[in-house]
This record gives sequence, C-alpha cells and structure tokens, in this order.
Amino acid sequence: MTIAEKISAEKISAGKTFNPVSRRALLTGGLAGGFLLAFHLPVRAVNEPVQPPDVTDGKFAPNAFIRIDVTGHVTLVMPQVEMGQGAYTAVAMILAEELDADFSQLTLQHAPPNDKLYGNPTFGLQVTGNSNSIRAFWKPLRNAGAGARAMLVQAAAQQWQVEPASCSTANGEVTHKESGRKLSYGALAAAAGSQTPPKDIPLKDPKDFVLIGKPLKRFDTPDKVNGKAVYGIDAMLPGMKFATLASCPVFGGKVGKVDDSAARKIPGVQKIVVLDDLVAVVGDHMWAAKKGLEALDITWDEGPNARISSKDIWDDLRAKSEKDGVVARSDGDIAKGLATGERMDAAYELPFLAHATMEPLNATVHLTPDSCEIWTGTQIVTRVQSEAAKAAGLPIDKVIVNNHLLGGGFGRKLEPDMVVAAVRIAKQVDGPVKVVWTREEDIQHDIYRPVYRDTIAATLSDGKIVGWKYRITGSGVLARWLPPAFQKGIDIDAVDSAVDLPYDIPNIHVEYVRAEPPAVPTGFWRGVGPNNNVFAIECFMDELARKAGKDPIEFRRGMLGKQPRFLAALNLAAEKSNWGQPLPARVGRGVCLQPSFGSFIATVVEAEVDEAGEVHLRRVTSAVDTGIAVNPDTIMAQIEGGLIFSLTAALYGEITIDKGRVQQSNFHDYRMLRIDQAPKIEIHVIKSGEAPGGIGETGSTAGPPALRNAIYAATDVALRRLPIDRSLIAARKKA
Amino acid sequence: MAITLTINSEPKSFDAPADMPLLWVLRDVLGMTGTKFGCGIAQCGACTVHIDGKPVRSCMLPVGAVRDRAVTTIEGIGASAAGAKVQKAWLDLEVIQCGYCQSGQIMSAAALLTTTPNPDDSDIDAAMAGNICRCGTYVRIRAAIKQAATGRQS
Repeated sequence: MTIAEKISAEKISAGKTFNPVSRRALLTGGLAGGFLLAFHLPVRAVNEPVQPPDVTDGKFAPNAFIRIDVTGHVTLVMPQVEMGQGAYTAVAMILAEELDADFSQLTLQHAPPNDKLYGNPTFGLQVTGNSNSIRAFWKPLRNAGAGARAMLVQAAAQQWQVEPASCSTANGEVTHKESGRKLSYGALAAAAGSQTPPKDIPLKDPKDFVLIGKPLKRFDTPDKVNGKAVYGIDAMLPGMKFATLASCPVFGGKVGKVDDSAARKIPGVQKIVVLDDLVAVVGDHMWAAKKGLEALDITWDEGPNARISSKDIWDDLRAKSEKDGVVARSDGDIAKGLATGERMDAAYELPFLAHATMEPLNATVHLTPDSCEIWTGTQIVTRVQSEAAKAAGLPIDKVIVNNHLLGGGFGRKLEPDMVVAAVRIAKQVDGPVKVVWTREEDIQHDIYRPVYRDTIAATLSDGKIVGWKYRITGSGVLARWLPPAFQKGIDIDAVDSAVDLPYDIPNIHVEYVRAEPPAVPTGFWRGVGPNNNVFAIECFMDELARKAGKDPIEFRRGMLGKQPRFLAALNLAAEKSNWGQPLPARVGRGVCLQPSFGSFIATVVEAEVDEAGEVHLRRVTSAVDTGIAVNPDTIMAQIEGGLIFSLTAALYGEITIDKGRVQQSNFHDYRMLRIDQAPKIEIHVIKSGEAPGGIGETGSTAGPPALRNAIYAATDVALRRLPIDRSLIAARKKA
Repeated sequence: MAITLTINSEPKSFDAPADMPLLWVLRDVLGMTGTKFGCGIAQCGACTVHIDGKPVRSCMLPVGAVRDRAVTTIEGIGASAAGAKVQKAWLDLEVIQCGYCQSGQIMSAAALLTTTPNPDDSDIDAAMAGNICRCGTYVRIRAAIKQAATGRQS
C-alpha cells in the first residue's frame, strides 16, 4: 500500500474530511510540549557591546522574561529577535499589558540561547520565524505578565494586611483602593520574590487593555536614526581582525589549488585561510581582506555540479510534477468532481530567489582552545550555538552567542551556515575575527527560495467550481529544517495554504511531490510555502472567473458563504480600492485573497502595463483581519513592506544557474524595487476580538498574485510564471 | 599613509592606504559603525555620507580623495537642522523596520532637504532612488521627507 493509499484508507475509516497534517495542527498542538516558565536564569548576557549582563541578583525575576529592580525599573528579556518586524515592541506590549508596567520606563534585552527558557512554543526551539512571534507567545507571555503582577499584588497585600482582591495595579504601582495606599513595583521587588506564584491567574478582559491595540512607538527605532544601533556586523572587539571569503562558485565544489603570492604582498593582509570548500583572507580591515581575496589565484575543483544549469533543474522539476504525489487533503470525490462540467488545467512556476538582506552575511568569532564566543544576528540562536560547538569541537556550554539586531532576516538567518564558516575560519586566527561576506558571495551562496511547479485542474459547472485538483511540486524545506514536522511524506509548509483553501468547493484534492533541485540548496524565504500556494490558487481563480464570465471578486464571493472573515476582508478591499470603477487602457486591478499565517487578508493591486511591457505599480489596497491587532501601526508597516518585498520579486526576482554557478551577483543584476517605482499603499486593519494572527510574511504572499491578476485584467495575458516576462505583455492589444 | 580628516566637525587622524574606501576607514579603522556596508559597488546607498554636504557613496570613495573636505556621517547628521528634522520625522512616522539601510536613507534625505527645502515627488524620487530598502519602507520614507520639509503630516 502506498502512503497515499494508506492515508486514503485512514480517511475512509475516519469518515470525515481528511486533513492529516497542517501548519494549524502544528500550531495548536505544538512540538514543544508545555511552555516552561523557569526561575533560574543564565548569568551571561548577550550582545555585550550594548547591554549589561542579565544579572538577577537583588531583582524580582519571577520568570525568564521579567526583571524588576528595587528602583522599579523593569527589564524585559526578549525571546524573539528584532529584524524589523516590530516583535520587540509587540512582545513587550503583551508582557507589560498583563504586568501593568510603566511602558515608558522599560528596558529590553536580547534573550541568550536557551530553548527551555526562550524556545518558541511552536517549534520547541528558539526560533523567530513563521510569522508567529505574537501567535506563539500570546498566551505564555500574558501568563508570565499576569503571574508576576499577581506576586507583586500578593506582596503588597501582605504588607498592608488586606485581601489581594482589594488591590489594583497600573503603571508599575499597586494601589489599595479603599485606603488609597500605593507601593511601587520597586518597593515590592524584594518581597514579591518570596511569594508563591498563584495558579490559574485570570488574564485581562481585552476591553481593559491599555497598551494592546494602540499604535505605540517602537523601542528599537530611536537608535536606528543616529547610527547607535548595533547589528551583528557592527561588533567591534579589541585586537579584532577582518576577513572575507570566496566559496567555490560551483555548489558543492572544492578548493583545488591557491597561489597566494600576490595577495601576501598587499599591505594589511595578515593571513590566507584555505579550507576544503572556501578560501578566506584575514586582514587589518575589510579593505585589505577584499583586495587580498581579489589578488588570489584560486583553481577550483568544481565537481559534478558544474554540468548543471537552470534548464536541467526545470526539466527535472517539470518531469517530477507530472507524477502523483502524497495526498495532503481530500474532500468529496475528486474523480466525480473532475468529470463534471467544463475543465481547465494550468501550471504555475516560481523561480529561485535570494534573500539579499541589506546586512550581508557575517559573524564574528573569538575561538580559544577551550571557548568560542560569537557575535552575530540570527533567527535561531540555539541552533547557531550547537552548530558552532560542532564546528569548533567544543561542548555547547563553551560556546557563547551574542545575538544582535538583524539587518533583515527574511528566513536567511534561520540557517547557521555563515556562523559555521566563520568558526572554521577562526580556527586559524589568533584572537577575534569578523568574517563579512561580500554582496557577491552573499547572493551566490544563499540558501535559496525553492523553485516550485504547481499544477491545478478544475471544473466549472453553472459558474461554480465543482472539482479542484491541486498538486504542489518543490522542496521540502521544513522536512530538512525540522524533520519531526515532516510526517506522512507531506511538507506542511509546502502545502500550507493549499490545504487551508478558503473557498467552498465540494470536491478538493491536494497533493505534494517532494522534489529537491539538483545542486542548489533551498530554504525559507519570507512567505515560505504560502507564497507559492497562494500565487497558483489566486492566479487560477482569476482564469476560472473569466471562463465563468464573472467578475473576479464576485466569483470569489460566491465561494465564501462559510467564511465571514474572508468575505469581510474581500468586501472592504473591493470598496477601498474602487473595484469596478473604470480605468484607462492597459491599466488593471487584480485581487488576492489569502488564508496564510492565521490572518484574513484581501489585497487589490492596480497596475499599468506600458507598450514596452514595463509594469507601473499605481496603487495597492489591503484589508487585514489579523484578530486582535497588538500594535496596529506595526501591522500596517509589515504589510506595506511585505508588499514591496514581494512585488520586487514578481517584477525582477530570479536566480538562474549556469555551469553550477549562480549567474547574479549584486544589485545591478539582482534588482530591487526602488522608491521611484513604489506604489501608493493603503492598509485597512479590521477590528477584531479574535486571537492574534501572524503578519510578518503576509504582505509577501499578497503582492505577486494580485499584481499578476492586475496585469491579466490590463492585457488579457494570463502569466503563469514569475518573474513577469515583459515580452509576453508588451504591445499586445487588449482583445 | 597618515591621514587627517574632519569627520562630524572633529579632526580624526589615522593610518590607511590612500585607495581604501572611506566606508572601511569609518567602520574598521575608526569604529564608526553607523555607516553601513551593503553592496560595495554604489548600488544600494547604505554607505551614504556627506562630503561638504553632498551625499556620496563611501564604499567607492577612496579616502585619499577626501582631502580637506568635511565628512558628515549618520553619527553627526543630527547636528544639522535638516538632519534633525529628518530624524524626527523618521521616528514620528515610524519609517524604520530593520533599519540597516536607514543610515543611508537619512543621509540622502537630509542632503535633499538642504538643497531642496520643499521637495515634490519627483525630487524625492531623484534623490532617494539610489537607496535600496529591503524591508520596503519607501511609502513612509516619502511621507517622512514631506513631513520633515513642511512640519505637517501629509
């Protein structure tokens, strides 16, 4: 029995809609077991250049997140990293809300590596990703804040000999209502520490929130306007050397031989480090290292991947996408569904993409015979610690990781490879060494957003979809990255929004073919699996709507009878975008509705296609229901930015391979959208009392399908591949 | 060679090869890490500083070519009226996300407001198109420049 048959059998025996594994299930159940609140803290702080160690002596430290000193100063330890998404501020808002701390007097610090104390409840690892900082920590942090508050109240009540219930809290003070007596959290810090934390602490009613729901100012931005913010790349240590490197340009290739005679003559070059797969030059500064690297004469042993090009990769993917996959969802009777009505078939393809964080890859390492200290910015601090320990040949407790603000993450910093390379280089350097990738190395040795090919067949009867067979073919990134999450042959990230299809269709069949591209390493890229799913689904919806002779929004509305939140978002986006109002020739509006990351979002892009096929973005309108909006301004900013990020990819993004090498190298040939091309963007946040959804990657999912559908409306050309091919939409008259 | 530059109105003396880009002098020799490395080929603008008030990509400017001209970096831009207005508007409108490109954005915007106190959209496009933001903060950058210019939220 094949896995697919087994799953089908289980489905039949279960007698209900089959949905074996989904991101939702992972979020609900979690892999971590319970969330731990611990009372002991590691003494060593992270990011020493900017903050003191996390000393808890003499402070009220009721859990891993909250420290209150005797002056009443509150320090919050941030389990999630700040890479621009606003997690620091929103996480602090959640803690401070239930703690009733004075929000204007908080200090934040990065959490040190410790999965038990700071692990993301969804993964059981200290991970910032999956747009889930708020979703995953919403309850644990509210509990942590409320628990600490209760202990402070108990301490005050004891001192006053009154009932805790007769006390209230606000702005870092406990007040006894009847007598009007007040005690600051600082004055209570010592006594609160000896209280037993109460069980089943009630959380605030959302109507009593004083912080959550307000567009509060971010904590991280004041130091980002004056050069004071310290990113990983800014770590400066006494006696530090600087290095840059060249990896074999062919994936998997090795160093053959190196002639370093010219490089050694360059002033400031200190050392040439030759490893099996890379060569690094260590110097007094980056300039010496860079010039030294350029002066090296390296012969590479390119290996078998030197024969691989993009055409081979696409041929391989297309062939694999023609085979049956593992069933991820099956409702109704797909054979019957596909035999009813008029059938349409389409295939959609997405390219490799680099992350190109503005802060190039870097890590600073100081290795001694019995210790390894690292300065970097990472989304996975504990994994960096354990991988560095392996590379250094040291026990984990000898590895200190100082985490920093990230100059962009986008999933690239969910991988530890840059730190491992820096540790390997540091083995040959006395004292600390900062290893900085050039932009060229950063782009040519990324861990790329996979290529995907999605095929969909659907049938229409009386203007409605009756059968929907959707096959996703591409990398199993989650399968590699978190093997326990890979169950029954299904990568729950790759099929995420395909399984969570919001539309009411009687016969649905979703399957997945795991296809790893030859040579090219693949990883998470902002928006991950849903980017691919939503692109295929929403593009095909527009093609089906046209076949049914319906307006794209009207067509979708007809399948959302059971989805009030989606319907409300769609209606609001339609209204705010002036959907249906006349537009000039070669200007179109396109819509995207997405069920991704636990938020309900509808987006309309308005774009013009000129005679040369160049696309001009005019306006983007999104309506967003993300449940309780912890910080509405951050939510708007994330969608604005995510839209630009993804429209950049739709317009320009493609990494191509020739002879086993990436052909793009820097921003001149791996283009970015710039301010003169940016559209007007309007985000409408819908008020909701539901639990918060994810937001960091939603804009990345929304942009490309909405743009493609706008181009379809403007030109009648149904593009099925990204990036947009100007030659297909140039000078073609509207039919 | 021994070089003395005036950076943020202060003299700084150091040893560096004349062909070394100002970016690496600032970051690796002087430890002034507010100016960022992004691409090394003057394509992204993260390394923007002012030379005699004009925006320049420091990643391609040999330090030997600076001579007696005044260097201003993100660490010093707040001392100028235009720089302070830009910084304030950036915070008022919460322009910044990861922030890595924003040193360069702020330097470009401050230079724009110095020469063009009331820029229109095309002035902003021309002055700011050399600065890439991967987080996609362009909409807010545009609004913040207008606010810095007029003192009003647009």
